[in-house]
Amino acid sequence: MQELVRVENLKKYFKTPLGMLHAVDDVSFSIKQNTTLGVVGESGCGKSTLGRTALHLLKSTDGKIFFEGKDVTNVNKRQLRQLRRNMQIIFQDPFSSLNPRMCVKDIIIEPLKIYKVCKSKGELEDKAVELMSTVGLSTRLALSYPHELDGGRRQRIGVARALALNPKFIICDEPVSALDVSIQAQILNLMQDLQKERDLTYLFITHNLSVVKHISDEILVMYLGKVIEYAKTEDLFARPLHPYTQALLSAIPVPDYDYVQKRVLLKGEISSPIEPQKCCRFAGRCPAAQEICFKQEPKMVDMGIRHLTACHFAGQVNLL
Amino acid sequence: MEKLIEVKDLRIEFASGKKIVKAVNGVSFSLEKGKTIGLVGETGAGKTTTALGIMNLVPAPAGRIRGGEVLFKGEDLLTKTQQEMRQTRGNRISMIFQDPMTSLNPVFTVGDQIAEGLHLHTKLSALEATVKAQDMMERVGIPAARYNEYPHQFSGGMKQRVIIAIALACSPELLIADEPTTALDVTIQAQVLDMMRNIRNKLNTSMIMITHDLGVVKEICDQVAVMYAGQIIESGSLKQIYKNPQHPYTEGLFKSLPKINENTERLIPIKGIMPDPTNLPEGCSFASRCPIADKSCVNIRQLSKEIEKGHFIRCMKRS
Ligand SMILES: Nc1ncnc2c1ncn2[C@@H]1O[C@H](COP(=O)(O)OP(=O)(O)OP(=O)(O)O)[C@@H](O)[C@H]1O
Ligand SMILES: Nc1ncnc2c1ncn2[C@@H]1O[C@H](COP(=O)(O)OP(=O)(O)OP(=O)(O)O)[C@@H](O)[C@H]1O
Ligand SMILES: [Mg+2]
Ligand SMILES: [Mg+2]
Repeated sequence: MQELVRVENLKKYFKTPLGMLHAVDDVSFSIKQNTTLGVVGESGCGKSTLGRTALHLLKSTDGKIFFEGKDVTNVNKRQLRQLRRNMQIIFQDPFSSLNPRMCVKDIIIEPLKIYKVCKSKGELEDKAVELMSTVGLSTRLALSYPHELDGGRRQRIGVARALALNPKFIICDEPVSALDVSIQAQILNLMQDLQKERDLTYLFITHNLSVVKHISDEILVMYLGKVIEYAKTEDLFARPLHPYTQALLSAIPVPDYDYVQKRVLLKGEISSPIEPQKCCRFAGRCPAAQEICFKQEPKMVDMGIRHLTACHFAGQVNLL
Repeated sequence: MEKLIEVKDLRIEFASGKKIVKAVNGVSFSLEKGKTIGLVGETGAGKTTTALGIMNLVPAPAGRIRGGEVLFKGEDLLTKTQQEMRQTRGNRISMIFQDPMTSLNPVFTVGDQIAEGLHLHTKLSALEATVKAQDMMERVGIPAARYNEYPHQFSGGMKQRVIIAIALACSPELLIADEPTTALDVTIQAQVLDMMRNIRNKLNTSMIMITHDLGVVKEICDQVAVMYAGQIIESGSLKQIYKNPQHPYTEGLFKSLPKINENTERLIPIKGIMPDPTNLPEGCSFASRCPIADKSCVNIRQLSKEIEKGHFIRCMKRS
């Protein structure tokens, strides 16, 4: 399998009145074609910023982005336009991301018009019908408006629109978080089917750990702008190495009557991402923290076959 | 055991233009002292409206309680005057509203907001209320030293704990909590649930926990009521519902969840969507999505039947 996307030491800082906010701080990963990299972490840890920066929707502060082996970190306008055809995004709230004044069909074919892909009106119409059926939207809804539809159908529009230009890579930013579970399952199945049929590669952002486990081949766990663990899905769930990952996994409420779980209750809450100190960003909440954790930033180390973690006591801590 | 609250055949409608939204269509359940019931269901199922009905707070003029009784220690709350209800609310029954982040007042200190309710609903003096408020802050895990800080100085999880402190300050007999942890991250949610469990056990508070998260229900509830299109379609003990769900909708909900503790190649969704609440079918409102329904289900009103002790379902195919 070939690598499609590679990100090296990506940084995105925002200027705020209180100083620099390190939203994404030195993040590296690579995604093989036709696989899914899940990104998890708590609210504000930088998941969306990472996705947007990787997609050039935000200008990076530092770092490199490669697509199909080519360095695309500093592309000009024309190159970016080409790149966009191959990289699309699906947002969490299908409602606010869809133009309320456009009907379903027009929303879906808008990218085709912008890129002047179709030669005739007839071809555009055909393409709209094809896309709608691909995502399971009845064509009788072609002239409806987003507000007339339920959340699941609106998210199908978002998917259809992202597929219009036949991209290779799609960033999915919490695509099912606003949906009820029965509808969430419909959309997740659709996305998995499309991935198989069209050889798609996903960066799948979510705070829902059951969802990320279900959909991902590999997972990146973020904490305050940093990657703290990066591993294959099975490995991460079988043997979480970072104390934060251990606490996170133990905190998931599991709807299974017989499942007994050991809980690691953390104290305190995520600290400020503005001008963070040079130390482990989790140290203040970590039950296993020692002096060094407050003094020195841990480096990312590989603890096995591609199971990376950034903890001074990697492999020695087990809170579970 | 003594029944603290008994809801009987509650019906609530909203006028929406020319149409009528049938939000709650004959909800009945009861709760014993010290127990917690989870009211679960998907968006629009009628969970919040049921809670507002119990509190006699259905927003008029659009909303109207069309029938039913809410017996709190045998007294029907729906026949009380608004004045009498104000005494009951906050004092004996209190509610944590959905979208809690907007329910703190930005211009008052968090400590004063906890003390205010105490001062209003109990005979405590201002000073006594302050002391009690500090005690409540400690109980929900916030140092009393932060009494004079403002909501914007607190994180989401801390604000939520303040809201819980306000709701519990007057030691209500019943707490209705509408999605109290939905906006929180899982590690913070675990802290807040743990704290709610401790306080409930200590004060012997009864709780109605409204959530769409079946995992949260397992954490904190003794009983479960599953709502669909304004009705409770299945109810029973936690064990009955989780180990032996009988209504096809409940079964479908469990099956459609991705599992953290096992591997599933493919999820099993429930097909279709919830029916339009302005145009509900005569019979079973789940029929159009149900894998075992036949024509008769659509036309025949489904009655709640007890299939084992304490376990009720509304499904003629399974009862
Ligand atoms: N345009 C901006 N200007 C300043 N700060 C920003 C901006 N966008 C994001 N941030 C900050 O960057 C950090 C990361 O935000 P981001 O939205 O990427 O988090 P997230 O992990 O996607 O969170 P959530 O789960 O809530 O969506 C946060 O502290 C946020 O406040
Ligand atoms: N003020 C109102 N006016 C009109 N319709 C309303 C009003 N409030 C609620 N409804 C409708 O009543 C039905 C039940 O809504 P309710 O808010 O009780 O659902 P819920 O189960 O709490 O959903 P959620 O999980 O989204 O909070 C829905 O169809 C909703 O649109
Ligand atoms: Mg985000
Ligand atoms: Mg609600």
